[in-house]
Parts: sequence; structure tokens; C-alpha cells
Amino acid sequence: MVKGLEDRVFNSIVYLILALAGLCAVFPLMYVVSVSITPFAEVLKNGGFILLPKSITFDAYRKLLTESGIPRAFWVTVFITVVGTAVNLVLTTLMAYPLSRKKLPGRSFFLLLVVFTMLFSGGIIPTYLIVKAMGLLDSVWAMILPGAIWSFNVLIMKSFFEQLPEELFESARMDGAGEFRILWQIVSPLSLPVMMTVGLFYMVGHWNEFFQAIMYVTDRTLFPLQVIVREILMLTQQPLETVENMTPTETMQMASVMLASLPIIIVYPFIQKHFTKGMLLGSIKG
Amino acid sequence: MKQTSLTAAAAAPSARASRLREIGRTVWQFRAFYAMLLPGVIYYVIFRYIPMYGVIIAFKDFNMMEGIVGSSWADPWYKHFQAFYESPYFSQLLTNTLLISFYKLIFGMFPPILMALLLNECRVRWFKSLIQTLTYMPHFLSWVIILGILIALFSQNSGIVNRWIVEAGGQSIPFLTSTDYFRSILVGSEIWQNIGWGAIIYLAAIAGIDPTLYEAARVDGASRLNMIWHITLPGIRSVIVMLLILKLGHIMDAGFDQIYILYNIQVYPVADILDTWVFRTGLQQLNFSLASAVGLFKSAIGLALVLISNRLARRWGEGIW
Repeated sequence: MVKGLEDRVFNSIVYLILALAGLCAVFPLMYVVSVSITPFAEVLKNGGFILLPKSITFDAYRKLLTESGIPRAFWVTVFITVVGTAVNLVLTTLMAYPLSRKKLPGRSFFLLLVVFTMLFSGGIIPTYLIVKAMGLLDSVWAMILPGAIWSFNVLIMKSFFEQLPEELFESARMDGAGEFRILWQIVSPLSLPVMMTVGLFYMVGHWNEFFQAIMYVTDRTLFPLQVIVREILMLTQQPLETVENMTPTETMQMASVMLASLPIIIVYPFIQKHFTKGMLLGSIKG
Repeated sequence: MKQTSLTAAAAAPSARASRLREIGRTVWQFRAFYAMLLPGVIYYVIFRYIPMYGVIIAFKDFNMMEGIVGSSWADPWYKHFQAFYESPYFSQLLTNTLLISFYKLIFGMFPPILMALLLNECRVRWFKSLIQTLTYMPHFLSWVIILGILIALFSQNSGIVNRWIVEAGGQSIPFLTSTDYFRSILVGSEIWQNIGWGAIIYLAAIAGIDPTLYEAARVDGASRLNMIWHITLPGIRSVIVMLLILKLGHIMDAGFDQIYILYNIQVYPVADILDTWVFRTGLQQLNFSLASAVGLFKSAIGLALVLISNRLARRWGEGIW
């Protein structure tokens, strides 16, 4: 019976710590949500704990959506997310599929070409000069093309393609299908899980796009959401030039944070298991 | 005699020709695959390999008008490296890069392991998956979002933590703009972002442990804590060592995005790393050659570290996966 008690104590501790961890993960976000929908006067007066706001207002959101650079930035981000992910997926698949065919002459050369970029890079400045030389500066393509293929994702896809049974390809070839057709009509439908995983990695990357935007884009109308939201957030941290003559209140800052994270938070629960799968697929290859 | 030598002489070029034809035939046979590879290879050459060639501007006095090839060579060739080495930035940037990275490594190592152990002990399915879902989520939030959260929690005039401190009669603390707290903020936010995500790999390793070990231990009267200590932890030890080694290989990467997004002028002395400095010096002050030299310095050390750590990981982590 001592054993049973010990077990129960042990279990309670486990559940307590896990619950705390879960709370730590969501509490900050819940707080951000509450501040964003609380009237600003109440935030000032209350001076502290607002987890469940007494009155709710969407003023901050309304203001952001009508008076700031947010709507335009939102569409820029949607564009680079949709078009960028499509470009990523097509190029990555076209790269990964031949690499998964063991008989391809020169396969190890192409594989080295891909893997070496994970080890060494020219660095920020030479890359910038190339993007500039290509005439991509100050265009949405500067946020899509320079990162069109992530080597890590090529490897994930390649290891998935390698698991497909060889007979599949042989019988298709017997029936006279060309390689492009095999890839499009047979391999792609079977590869939905990996397409999903890799596509999601790319999508999140584009949605959170920041680095390439500050590197290659100076035209404010092309700034993606994350860049604009950071500007809004930095305004009270240190005086900068104002974003289009708007002084954001704290509620507006938090509302902008919500707008920039909402799509991910909304779709996340539905797609979470794919990420896990992708993470494991990737790590197995090491 | 004469005839055989003649045929041999004739055979030599024709052998070469037939080998060429052979190669041509295989390439032709696989032409569809090469066609598929073409766009990707063009991408890699333009955006990955030409920049690698472009690092030669670290050895040149780069001039925008003349371009990468046209600019004249620096004299002596290591001029920009020397300038960096002799500048006051050298020790500051290197220290910051290594320290921030090292802190993240040390303090970030154990929380995911602990998380995985706890999740593994959790017997209630729905609770386990709920907690997992919640703790992975921050991984997908951008650093800008996390900056927003940090401001909500820690900013000096409106952050909830400082309001509590003030209400309790204390002085508000500039967590985000003070050199004393900034590295803790960096490391803490990194742990918050990655604890659940980092646990995935350990959970997978735990799932691979032979369940009969646990049964045998239970028969012998081992407690749950005993089992964690004597079975689970040794069972994932090789994964822990392997990940630690692999992370050591990336010690030069302290995290550009996170630091660039979170830092501000007040905390440059403790937060500025090689990458952020290269960005500011190169692209904002247009000092291309110096910035490339520093970038190359970082990439070269990084390459060496990654190669060494991969070799070590292969040797010590053998047979895990």
C-alpha cells in the first residue's frame, strides 16, 4: 500500500509540473489577447492584472485595420506566403525526386551540392550583392527567391521518396509513363504527408518573414507584417520616427501582435501532428 | 605486325569515342531527371555558390562601381581581417557570440529532457497531448510576436511584472533595456520558445527503449523514480550526447533574428553578435569588405566546428538511429 501512495504522490507531481508548463506556454498569449481587447482607459487604470477583461472593445483592431500600414503589410505577407510556398514546394520536389533515385549518375555530386550549403555560406554581404545584381532589391521576389529551397527540406523529402517501393516506378515505366508523369501522377499523390510537412515548414517561415525583408526591402509599401509589427512595438521602447503619424497605445501594440500571430494560432491545432512527423523524419536522417 | 599496330592505333580513339558515346547515352537515358534538377541547380548556383565565390571581396577593397570582380585587391590581402582583429569590436563580438550561444546551450539543454521525461510518465492520454500541443506552439511564433509578449510582460512602464513590482512597493526594472538582464531575456525566451519542440526528439528516443526492461524493474520492486534514473535516462543518454555535440558545432550561431528583433541600442554591449554587427556595418554603413571579412571569419570557424562535431557525433552516437 505504501507503493500505491508513493505512486499517487509521484503522479500528482508529474501532472502539476506539466500543467504549470502548459500554463506558462499559453498564459503570455492570453494576456496579450486580453490587453488587446480591453479599453485602453481600463488598462491604464487597472495597472496590472487583466486576464479576463471586464468590458470588451475591438477599437484597437479597428484603428489598426483602418489607420495603419497593417492591412497592406498583411496582403504582402499573404502573397509571399502563398506564392512563396508554391515556389518552394515545386522546386524542392523537383530537386528531391531525382536525388532519391539511387541509379542516377552523378547523384552524389548533386547531393554534395545541396548538403555543402548547410555547412558553409558566403554570408550576408555577398548574398546581398547577388540579390542586388539580380535586380531583386525592393520587390516581393527578394523575399521569395533567395530562400526558394531549404536544403534540410530537400533531405526530408528525399528520404520519404526513397521509402516508396521500387516496383511502383517499374510498373509505371512499363506502362510507358515518363518520369515527369510518374512524379506528377504517382509519386505526388502518395507523398501527401511529406508535402504537407515540408509545405508547413515553408509556410510558417514565410508568414514569419523578417530577415530577408529588412535585408532586401527598403520600400515601406512592401514590408511584410512582422516588420511593421516590430516597428509598432519598438515605438514605446525607444523614440523612433512615427509609423505614419500614429502613436500606438499599448492595446494597439498587443492587437498588432495578435493580428500577426492569429493565422498561425488558428491553424496550428489542426496541423500540429504534421510538424511532429516532419521533425522526426528530418532527425532520423541526421 | 604492321597491321595489328595500325588497328590498335585506330582502336584507341574509337575506344575513347565509344566511352563518350556511352556516357552520352546514360545521360540521355536519365535526361528527365537532369531536367528536373536544372531549376534547383540554377537556384543553388546563383543564390548559394556565387555568394561563396563573392567572399573574395573580403580580400578586396570593394567598390560598388567596379563590382566583385573589378575591385582592386586589398594590400596586404589580410587588411580587413587585421582591421577587425585590431578593432575594439573583436573581443566584444566574439565574447557576446560565444557567451550567448553557450548559455543557450547549457540552460536550454535540460528543460526539454525534463519535459520529455514528464510527458512520458503522464498516463492520461488527452492530458499528455494537450500539454504537448500547448508547449510546441511557441516554436511557430515569430520573434516579433515574442517581442510583443516580452513587452507585455516586462516593459518598464506597462509590463505586468513591473506593475506587480511597483504595487509591491519596489522600483520598476528596465528588463528589456538594461545590460544586466538582456542575456537572461534572450536565453529565457529561447527556452520558452523551444522547450516543447526540443522534447519531441527525446520522446522518440524514449519510445525506442525496450519495454521489457521496465517490466523486469517493476518485478524487482523499482519505484518510478528508480526506473527514470536507471532505465530511461541511460536509454536516451546517447541521444543527449549526440545532440549536445551537434549543437556545439553551431556555437557561432547565436541567433540573428532573435537578437536583431529583441535588442536596442542600450544593450549593444552585451547583445551585439558577429551576425548583427556584420549586418549593421555592411548594409547600413556600406562597409562591405570589412563586413565580408568578419562574415567569412565566422563562416570558416563555423564550418570547422560543424565538421568536427559531426565526426564526433558519428563516433560517439553510433547505432542510435
